Amino acid sequence: MAHLPLDRQLLNACAALLLLLSFAMLSQRRIVSLVNLLAVQGAVLATATLLLAWRTGEAHLYLSAALTLTLKVLFLPWLLHRLIRRLGVYWDTEPLLNISGTMLSGILIVVFAFGLAQPITHLASTATRDAIGIAIGVVLLAFLMMITRRKAMSQVVGFLSMENGLFFGAMSATYGMPMVVELGVALDLLVAVLVLGVFFFQIREQFDSLDLHHLERLRERS
Amino acid sequence: MIELAFLLAIPAAGALALALWGAKHHAPELNSAFSLGTFIAACALTARVIREGPLVLWHEQFLIDPFNVFLVTLTAFIGLTTSLFSRPYMRVEIAHGRVTSGRLRLYHSMYQLFMLTMLIALATNNMGLLWVAMEGATLSTVLLVTLYRTPQSLEAGWKYFILCGVGIAQALFGTILLYVAAERVLGAQGVTALLWTHLNAVKSQLEPTVLSLAFVFLLVGYGTKVGLAPLHSWLPDAHAEGPTPISAVLSGLLLNVALYAVVRCKVLVEGSLHSALPARMLMGFGLLSVVLAAFLLFRQRDIKRLFAYSSIEHMGIAAFGFGLSSPVATFAALLHMTVHSLTKSAIFFAAGHAAQKAGSQLMDDIRGLITLSPTVGWGLMLGALAILGLPPFGVFASEFLLLTTAMREQPWSIPILLIALGVAFAAIFGRVQPMVFGDTQARRLPHAPALLPVFAHLAIVLMLGVYIPPYLAEWYRTAAQLIGGS
Repeated sequence: MAHLPLDRQLLNACAALLLLLSFAMLSQRRIVSLVNLLAVQGAVLATATLLLAWRTGEAHLYLSAALTLTLKVLFLPWLLHRLIRRLGVYWDTEPLLNISGTMLSGILIVVFAFGLAQPITHLASTATRDAIGIAIGVVLLAFLMMITRRKAMSQVVGFLSMENGLFFGAMSATYGMPMVVELGVALDLLVAVLVLGVFFFQIREQFDSLDLHHLERLRERS
Repeated sequence: MIELAFLLAIPAAGALALALWGAKHHAPELNSAFSLGTFIAACALTARVIREGPLVLWHEQFLIDPFNVFLVTLTAFIGLTTSLFSRPYMRVEIAHGRVTSGRLRLYHSMYQLFMLTMLIALATNNMGLLWVAMEGATLSTVLLVTLYRTPQSLEAGWKYFILCGVGIAQALFGTILLYVAAERVLGAQGVTALLWTHLNAVKSQLEPTVLSLAFVFLLVGYGTKVGLAPLHSWLPDAHAEGPTPISAVLSGLLLNVALYAVVRCKVLVEGSLHSALPARMLMGFGLLSVVLAAFLLFRQRDIKRLFAYSSIEHMGIAAFGFGLSSPVATFAALLHMTVHSLTKSAIFFAAGHAAQKAGSQLMDDIRGLITLSPTVGWGLMLGALAILGLPPFGVFASEFLLLTTAMREQPWSIPILLIALGVAFAAIFGRVQPMVFGDTQARRLPHAPALLPVFAHLAIVLMLGVYIPPYLAEWYRTAAQLIGGS
């Protein structure tokens, strides 16, 4: 294999780190650590964006790196930590599928993701196109996490991690979406987390807990 | 141009103003006034489109063409009538102590915000902005579904948030894929690569494999919001547990706009693929929704859940119509979207008043509407007959047109559709009849119900059943050519 230039090696390292962090989240049951992992994932994403911006010299990538840094590394984790403290939720209960089972299905999912990425990888003309498979992997792993966790807070971390994956996908396939769209997505994300914060308080007020098994009463009432 | 500015600025200003004064005594009237302003702006915009033809505005970010112009007007109209209905409805809710004044403020402000996101989603030319607006629509209604803070409503709200959130994330991925494919053709760092008009112009050059993958994600993503089975499970819960005006706008507007998004994507993908894959997928999802919803209708005991399932059924019919892809079927599907919105919101208005009178949403507790309040009773009865597709209402016209086209093009689907429609008829009629004509001893409400919206909607549906205004027919036809392709 030919030698890759240093910046591409670094970018690939970032991609690998993202995937690794997704697996780490999948196995983590302490909610505080989960939020920290999410922040680290955001930081890796911001680094990757910055590297790419430096490499391609595109101004809007610098902007989007700054956006990622403020929103996903600083603001959202801070907000989530605050929520955790005020709501007193520190541990998730045993997930629906045990950790080793989740990890194994995670590996299968990543293999599937690389298969799915094939046609896109062929089409994309960016230097980072090898990372598209990883981006899809991150999205699907986050999806798996949302399915298997019971606490509302872990589901939200899954949701945000899914967004990280989507963002990384957009970046590696096309060097990012147009700025209008990126700003809109960031705004939606911000509002989503604020709405969720309100929502958590409503749920706790009603049930004295953030465990979602309380939310299983609405069946077909026949 | 000025009309569009007003169309978007009025609800935005309304959201701000009502965030400040939404709990005042006259807030419901203020809400209606803003909605009226939006409707007038929509009418002015429509008049301009009639005069000058399709418009592309503001650096091509916005587009008004025959496909969305009538949906914009419809959205603004139902926004207005729902705000009229919500005036006495929310006052009664306050009198019954289910809503505090702080929550009323939230309700009014979010109502206007929701209208804004719907109108942006319809009018934008940018597929990315469309996504942003659709997500905004979910976010602005989540807290409205949980307005009563009951355990059931919280559960419904959570389900709504997570399912639509995940769904919409899929749609974002689909949009990214679309962008990847488009950037290769349109290039130039993507200034134009997400604009629908540009995409439509070069659709035959877009890479088919990536676009078919994109369509799967877009259909699943926006399809979740349309309530297509098997992604529908948030819909009945959110409709049943939120306040009735919200059920009316969710059913009458949000589902339509989501279906609109799917169809916009379908046009692009079909142009690139030259195969029937998108059409087949729409037909499959549509038919599954019709059948599943029809059979689930029988099991419902809650009046709002009953009509929520009926919405799934009708969205299935419309999706099936778009899937048939012939101009006539597309025409029928567009008509169906229009009349379904009008009829279903009218039914929710009547059902809301009926549930308030009975003090319960369970259909076994609602009896004798005809003696209690003849207008509510007749409103519900006529609405139910209209939605069941009885002539001379508009739903009959659209379903008839659709079935005859399906008979020619996909004959295998006819028995399935007819059985489902028959089952739905039996289920809904059997439920509505005792509610309207049974015995009762309920009491009067502190505020007189607003029945003008119910009968206004039903009158329009009746009119569309016997006579479609020429420019409306012309839009449907042009839009059908645009969508049906070939």
